[in-house]
Amino acid sequence: MRVRVRFAKRGRLRFLSHRDVARTFERGLRRAQVPMAYSAGFSPHPRISWVGAAPTGAASEAEYVEFALAVAVEPDWLRASLDAALPAGLDVVDAVVATSGGLAERIDASSWRVRLPTVAPADLRAAVAELLSRDEVEVERATKDGRRRFDVRAAVVSAVGRAENDTCAILELVARHTTPAVRPDDVLTALDVVAGLRPSAPPEPTRLEQGRLLGDGTLADPLAPDRNDAGRLVGRSSA
Amino acid sequence: MSGQSLFARLEPLLPRVRRPVQYVGGEGNSIVKPWESATVRWCLMYPDAYEVGLPNQGLQILYEILNEQPDVLAERTYSVWPDLEALLREHDLPQFTVDAHRAVGDFDLLGVSFSTELGYTNLLTALDLAGIPLHAERRRETDPIVVAGGHAAFNPEPIAAFVDAVVLGDGEQAVLGISDVVRAWKAEGAPGGRVELLARLSRRRLVYVPAFFDVSYRADGRIAAVAANREDIPARPSKHTLSDLDSWPYPKAPLVPLAETVHERMSVEIFRGCTRGCRFCQAGMITRPVRERNIETVGAMVDAGLRATGFNEVGLLSLSSADHTEIGRIATGLADRYADSRVSLSLPSTRVDAFNVTLANEFSRNGRRSGLTFAPEGGSERLRKVINKMVSAEDLVRTVSTAYAHGWRQVKLYFMCGLPTETDEDVLEIADLARQVIRAGRAASGQRDIRATVSIGGFVPKPHTPFQWAAQASHELTDARLKLLRDTVRADREIARAVGFRYHDGRPGIIEGLLARGDRRVGAVIERVWREGGRFDGWNEHFSFDRWESACAAELGPLGVSLDWYTTREREEREVLPWDHLDAGLDRDWLWADWQEALRENELDDCRWTPCYDCGVCPTMGTDTQIGPTGRSLLPVVGVSAGVPTGGAMAGVPSAGAAVCGGAEAGAAVAAGDPDSSTVVGSGTPA
Repeated sequence: MRVRVRFAKRGRLRFLSHRDVARTFERGLRRAQVPMAYSAGFSPHPRISWVGAAPTGAASEAEYVEFALAVAVEPDWLRASLDAALPAGLDVVDAVVATSGGLAERIDASSWRVRLPTVAPADLRAAVAELLSRDEVEVERATKDGRRRFDVRAAVVSAVGRAENDTCAILELVARHTTPAVRPDDVLTALDVVAGLRPSAPPEPTRLEQGRLLGDGTLADPLAPDRNDAGRLVGRSSA
Repeated sequence: MSGQSLFARLEPLLPRVRRPVQYVGGEGNSIVKPWESATVRWCLMYPDAYEVGLPNQGLQILYEILNEQPDVLAERTYSVWPDLEALLREHDLPQFTVDAHRAVGDFDLLGVSFSTELGYTNLLTALDLAGIPLHAERRRETDPIVVAGGHAAFNPEPIAAFVDAVVLGDGEQAVLGISDVVRAWKAEGAPGGRVELLARLSRRRLVYVPAFFDVSYRADGRIAAVAANREDIPARPSKHTLSDLDSWPYPKAPLVPLAETVHERMSVEIFRGCTRGCRFCQAGMITRPVRERNIETVGAMVDAGLRATGFNEVGLLSLSSADHTEIGRIATGLADRYADSRVSLSLPSTRVDAFNVTLANEFSRNGRRSGLTFAPEGGSERLRKVINKMVSAEDLVRTVSTAYAHGWRQVKLYFMCGLPTETDEDVLEIADLARQVIRAGRAASGQRDIRATVSIGGFVPKPHTPFQWAAQASHELTDARLKLLRDTVRADREIARAVGFRYHDGRPGIIEGLLARGDRRVGAVIERVWREGGRFDGWNEHFSFDRWESACAAELGPLGVSLDWYTTREREEREVLPWDHLDAGLDRDWLWADWQEALRENELDDCRWTPCYDCGVCPTMGTDTQIGPTGRSLLPVVGVSAGVPTGGAMAGVPSAGAAVCGGAEAGAAVAAGDPDSSTVVGSGTPA
């Protein structure tokens, strides 16, 4: 039995790296006594599959992970017990039994909300307009394979500048998952390249959703097919 | 306002530093209490990086004990790395706790645990960032009382100017006693200010207050006398000894870090103290007598701790874990209990004998086989008699053969270099031992692919040991001997590729030696090194020998003493040592006699199994050895599997939950009394 879980990384726990999140989940699963299935071999590991983690320092309302279980459990029990066993700030939002298909194939884009304290909304809007008017904007970032240059513009599906107040702008962003991944800080670097936008305070990015990009620019809930399939299964068995 | 969270101001800085997760707190089992709910507020510090400090057992024990008191709160702070230190200074933010991000300066007490002397410069960074004057004599009524503890605090003289008080020995009862005195003093309206508070703490024999003692010096630089300057306090402050460890089963709920730390496992201390009598080992001398936790408590602590943390590895800690009178039954019992689970067990500190291989086999029943470590410490039989480490080459070869025959493919051998009376030949015998080990391994396993790692640390003479009078070997001598040894092994084609070498250069050991046996004059050296940028001296990439050497020349030269004078000089019997006025329970004449026995290459038995040899600890401290066997058993006896739901199992699916009932709340059953600090693993030298 496989279970798919949506969780949030909130508040001060946004500073957890993916490795920190993974270690904390493994301990939480043991504390919650979730009956994990283990890999075979010399050094067995619990079978956990992660889907594209939000960067260290970024908060998220929509992280996904899939577990293989040795014994079937109620998803609601798993959601509640795992949530209770994890520290506040790593919050389990949803859990469904995997029915079919791969979770990773249902995710190809993310939507982000990036708070930009100290940035005037008008400046952000101007910079966003400039970015969207380009066909290609290259930025450079240190990755684990060394410094890489890559295009940001092609990954940006939509970008909108809004105002929280006169001195705090909000960037609403939908970006495709590409290789290398274009992250909110890459988009901010691109805004600096095209319009010289340089926030003097650290940006505060939050991933709001992940899913398959639909024709209208919104994202499909990646757990919906499992819920729908499960619903049909119940319907069939009662018929 | 006092006790306010600084997190809102700190948060914008965190994206700019390396590994910000270490500063956010929120660990599993961490505790945040409302500021106003407490009358006595402790900030506990481990003066090294978070990744090293968080797993420290002593700090975790005190944190839990203090927070169990309804009107006491305790939070933790660790050394911040230089990148955050610079930002805190730039933004005018103080040293903060990771629990509720409160300013360290707001607390009543700052307790700092020193496992090693190399944390002293980090103490100064924390005090300075906290806005607490470095020198105790300049502190104001509103500043916290700075209390040092831990093994290094058995000679606190080099940091005497920077601390208000020192706890010697086990901290569990001491911190509760200190809290009682502070509570009463505050309730009375803090009469007499901090001096009166320190005097009350001294009179209750809870702490040593350096300011209440004066040191005078002779013209040749040696100490003339150390004497109390008040009549209302004990002339000889003494160490605390916790009796009945079964009444103090802490930590009950160990901290579970979010960040990666140096020990990713849970630890259960199975006994405290050691009477093997290795003459180099400060921990073995200052933690006497031996006090065991019984098998039942150990079993309950492992069970409760695993449930509370979700860790999947348990280390059974002590100074020599295989010496526990019930270790065989503990090992078998735990191996049985966790046979079908993913929990692995380890015994970090053991001696060289075949029994250990049996234990190691038990512990690796359900998991992977990591390396086995044996510590003969001295290369030659003669030298092992000098240090009283009673292991023969035959013992070692027999043990290693057993290990290889049981399928182990790698052993680690730990030695020290620079021991008293050591010659080049003694050190070269390490190569002979390594050769015998490799040959034995090849013979026992029938394979050529056998490896041994030889790990070597420089010996540093420590206070309150028979070697406290010894000359430390110069770093040039240590380095030359290790080069000779390495060249010899490399030139031996039979073993060159099978033996790996691990050692560090001898210079940090010289500074450790200065700080370990230094007196109050060394305080100026520490302060100068810190002012010139000294931080994180336990880390190679931050340690600067040149900075220490030039600071010694500047501060000690005018006083007629030197770095060499403190380190490579042998002391005479009657010389007043800087820590002679501090009572670790050890009889000074006995220590001297044992030092003379060492020079005559005479060994000494363990008093656990042979008659008392009069080290002095039990009669002086009113304590006694507490060992089993108790005849009790490891509870609960039911097995634990890899993962079993306690609820929510789907209808129609058999629940495995029954396998774990019994003992989920075992922790509460053994929870009682009080705990203690200063748990240390290993022997006298850093592994």
